[in-house]
Parts: sequence; C-alpha cells; structure tokens
Amino acid sequence: MSLHSGKRLKGWALVPLAGGILGLCVLPFFVRAYLIEVVMMYFIYIILAQSYRLIVTVHDWQLYHVVLYGVGAYTSGMLAKSAGVPVFFAIPLGGLMAALVGVAITTPLLRTKGWGFYIATYGLAELIRLSWLKFRNPFGGSTGIIDIPWPPVVAGIDFSEGVPYYFFSLGVMLLVLYFLYRIEKSHLGDSFKAISMDPDLAASTGIHIPRHRLMACAIGGFFAGIAGGLLVHRLGAVDPKLFNLVTMLYLLIWVVVGGTKTFWGPIIGVSVMHTLFELSRPLIQVRPLFFGLSMTLVLIFMPGGIEGVLLKVVARWQKRNRLPTAET
Amino acid sequence: MGACDCAGCQDALLALWIDKMGETGPVAILEVKGLSKYFGGLAALKDVHLTVREGEIRGIIGPNGAGKTTLFNVISGMYRPSAGEIFYAGRRIDGLPANKIAALGLVRTFQRTALYHEFTVLRNVTVARHLHVRESLFQVIAGNLKQKERENTEKALEIIEFMGLKHLVDEVAVNLPHGYQRALGVAIALACEPKVLLLDEPLTGMTPTEKGHMIDLIRKVHGKDITILIVEHDMRSVMELCEYISVLDFGTLLVEGPPAEIQNNEDVIRAYLGTEDILTVGQS
Repeated sequence: MSLHSGKRLKGWALVPLAGGILGLCVLPFFVRAYLIEVVMMYFIYIILAQSYRLIVTVHDWQLYHVVLYGVGAYTSGMLAKSAGVPVFFAIPLGGLMAALVGVAITTPLLRTKGWGFYIATYGLAELIRLSWLKFRNPFGGSTGIIDIPWPPVVAGIDFSEGVPYYFFSLGVMLLVLYFLYRIEKSHLGDSFKAISMDPDLAASTGIHIPRHRLMACAIGGFFAGIAGGLLVHRLGAVDPKLFNLVTMLYLLIWVVVGGTKTFWGPIIGVSVMHTLFELSRPLIQVRPLFFGLSMTLVLIFMPGGIEGVLLKVVARWQKRNRLPTAET
Repeated sequence: MGACDCAGCQDALLALWIDKMGETGPVAILEVKGLSKYFGGLAALKDVHLTVREGEIRGIIGPNGAGKTTLFNVISGMYRPSAGEIFYAGRRIDGLPANKIAALGLVRTFQRTALYHEFTVLRNVTVARHLHVRESLFQVIAGNLKQKERENTEKALEIIEFMGLKHLVDEVAVNLPHGYQRALGVAIALACEPKVLLLDEPLTGMTPTEKGHMIDLIRKVHGKDITILIVEHDMRSVMELCEYISVLDFGTLLVEGPPAEIQNNEDVIRAYLGTEDILTVGQS
C-alpha cells in the first residue's frame, strides 16, 4: 500500500503514527520551556500548511492564505479582548470569519483564470492586510493589538501556561488533521482532485466546479483561521507584520518542498523546513536567500517535493519485491 | 379533409396522426435548431439543424475542421452557442453549464484520452459517479459513509465489468494500454448514467482488434437503451455502427441519410476530395 492509494491507513501503517503522537505527548516533560514554544509553532504551521493543501488540491494556489490566518487571529483576538468572548469560543469564531472572508474574496475571482487568479488573490490579500495597518481603530495600525486575554483556567488547568497550551494546540492540530484526512479520503476529496487533474472531464461528469472551489476555499479558510486563533492566544498580541508576503512565501516553501500530492507532504514540508529555519537562526542575514534557493532547487530537481522522492523509493521497493504497483 | 370538424372526422384524423407517428418512430430526444458558433470571425458551425430520435445510433462525419467536435462542445455545454437552440427531451439546454447538462442525462466523452491519470481504474469511475453520490460536508467530516461508499463502489464495479476492465480494477489509469484507456473514458461517461451519450472519436489511435472490441462495447452500451451520437473518422466502423449519418462540412450540415446513401452521395465525395477512398472502404 502506498501513501497515495486512496485507501485509508490500516494495520501496521498506524504504528508509526501512534508512535509519533505518543512522542509528542511525552516531549514537553523532557525539554526546556523554549522548545515547547517552538514545537507549538510547528502545530500551528502544520494546520496552516495542511489547510492550504486542501485548497491546492482544486489547483487554486491562492496567495491570501496567510491573510485568512490573520483574519482568524484578529477576529479571535478582538472578540476575546473587546467583546469578552471566552477564548475557546473565540477561536472557532475566528475560523468562521476567515472562511467567510475567503469565500467573499474568491467568489468574484472565480471568473479569473490562471495567472490573473494568482495575482488578483495577492492584490486582495494586500488590501485586507493594509487595512489592518491603515485603520488604527479598530485594528491598532502597525503595532496591532496587544493585551489580548490569556486562555482561562478550566478544570484546574491553567491554559495560559506553556504545557497545557501545548496539549491544547496538539489536540486541535490532531482534530483538524483528522477532519482533513476524512475529506481527503472521501468522495468530496476525490472530486477536488478530479477538478485539478482535468476540469473539463470533471464538469462533464456533473461536478459543479465553482461550488467545489468555494467549498475548498471555505474549509481551508476555516482551518487557517483556527491556526490564527491558536497563535494569537499564545502570543497575546497580533500585528500585520505576521501575515505579510514573506510569511506567504514560507507557506509556499513548506508546501512545495514537502509536496502536495499526498496528505503527508505538507507535514513533511513543515517539519523539515521549519527545523532548518530554527537551526539557521545564527545565519539570520542570509536565511531568506537560503530558503528562496532551496525552493528553486526543489522545483527544478524534485518537482514532487520530498514526498515525491519518498514515493519513488517506495515504488522501487515494491517493484523489487514484486508487489503490485502503487499509484504514483 | 381538414374542413370538417365533426367528431368522426376528428377521430379519423387522430388515428391517421397516430399512424404517422408510428411510422416516424420514437420522438426526438435531441433537437438542434439553427445552431451557429463563431470564433472571432470564423464560423465553426453555421445554421446546423439536427434531430436525433430516442434509441438511435447517429453517426456524425465530415472532413477535418468540419465542426464535429465544436458541435459536441456546444451541445455538452462547454461552449455557448452564438445562435440557435438546443432541446434535450423537450427542454431547452443551450447556455446551461456542462455539469447541469450532464446531470440531465446528456453526457459526452472526449477526443483526447481524458482520464484522471493518477487514479486507479476504480477511482476514476467512483469519482465520476458524482451525480449519484449524495453526501453532505457534515457527513464527510463526522458521519458514517461506509454504506454509501460501498454502494458507490459496487455500482462502479458493475460498470467496470460491463466495459471489460474488471481485471484492471486496481491499475493506475496512466499505465493502461491505449485501448483500455479509451474504454475507461466510456466507463467514466457511463458512471453518470446517461440517457444520451456523445462519443467523440472513440476509435482514435486503435489497432483493428481494439476497434472491434470498442464497436462491440458501443453496441452493448446502445443495448442499455442509451441513445448514441458518434463522431468518428473511421468510415468502415461508422457505416457498420450507425443506421443514420449526418455529414458536416465547413460548419454546415451537408447531407443526412442511411449509410448506403451517404457513401454514394456526390457532395460527400466532393467534400472528402483527395481522401475519397475512405468512403469506398465501407463498401468492401
């Protein structure tokens, strides 16, 4: 069985998965507080990259995804601060808002095609981001919003502490991944992929392409907003710089380097590239250069990303062992 | 006779009319009226009229660039017509999007080998059953879909077996031999449960054996009460398959008739001038 066979993970394939989750559960008891914060960012970025991949499966490589992440962060932060909404309610509301904004942006863009679509998505993303900068009231301008309430104490557990929030965000990430995995393996997920593989054929079999594109955008936007909510209630503050084009480029790098064909690609991408990002802190001045170069090299030499290389290795292994060929 | 409107005469008229209906056979399922399609100044289709009766296998032939594929693209909703009307089962369908037309039961295949190349044969067909899979987003995320998925897979397997692809069910589409890829293309269309099937050059690039198989398959599909329109360059096969043929040339309808008539038609031979030997093949 391959990673991309359309079948669900079963039997022994679940062992490494369970091992990984168990590892993440015991990790915070063995490392320094700083590292817990770093790993938490992986969770948030994995949600972000994975929700972006869902939209990529309908072939909409839009450039406003981090702005939706920002919409989630701003909405959740402002609801908690100004309207007194409890943090754990504010986060899903932020997701909802991000989904709404995503649909509102995408609807007019459904008429654009190819490059027109990508450039227009960037334009509208900047429009939203600049309005956060421009309107001091209510968005706080370039300094953003500070003093966002910390998560509360629930059942004796103080979620404003590092370790409890670590487990909260781990739980949210696993839940989001579970939902996205179900979509991936459903008829809906296949319809999304059908649209990106052959839109004319998809339409001729009755798939309503605009509706599916909006649906992907809404689901992806919702989870991006959730990621934003998780971020803002850990930082306690939010500002427009967090959601600029550079962040979008990092998101693209994770997804491209990891690969988008299988569900696991973006997770691999975030794990590898964000680790390199953290390790290269001493080289901060040349870091953007290094990351731009790495994406270019991956695009040229391994267009399927790291996942593509792994799939090839698996295929070769199966061939040698005369197993039935897997889907590429 | 029409002057009298006593009950007896009316009955006689009605009987006559019913008789006449019996002669002309079943009603038209697809009607194209005055259809034109312009690309800039170029007329790909000019005032085309076409009536297809339910249960027919209709051949559409013509030299390269005659507008055959454009006709399919317009009927199936990929292009909007510049002028004219299209009726399907009495309902006007021109201007509807492709997915709506497919949902009404008018489904097309493609001249190119259109498949989901990265999917297995089974997944190609299950995803094409989109119109018959009803699952809400909530069900996808949190519900139990096992029953629906099983039903969908069973139905897809039925179609795959019908098209003679059963032994290739788990093979990835891109690895199939050409003949099987074309058969899978038809299986994808059948997954939509069509009433009318538009086949765009189903025999393209096939060996004689593969062609023979495909012709048998098309007959089998026709046997399931599916009306078929077929665009094809292979004259021998078209003459063999179709009871009635429409010839397009330079975007206009040149002539219509049964195969024997078409083969001997002066205009048709002139349209194919330089390649007229294609037509004589059908007679041998």
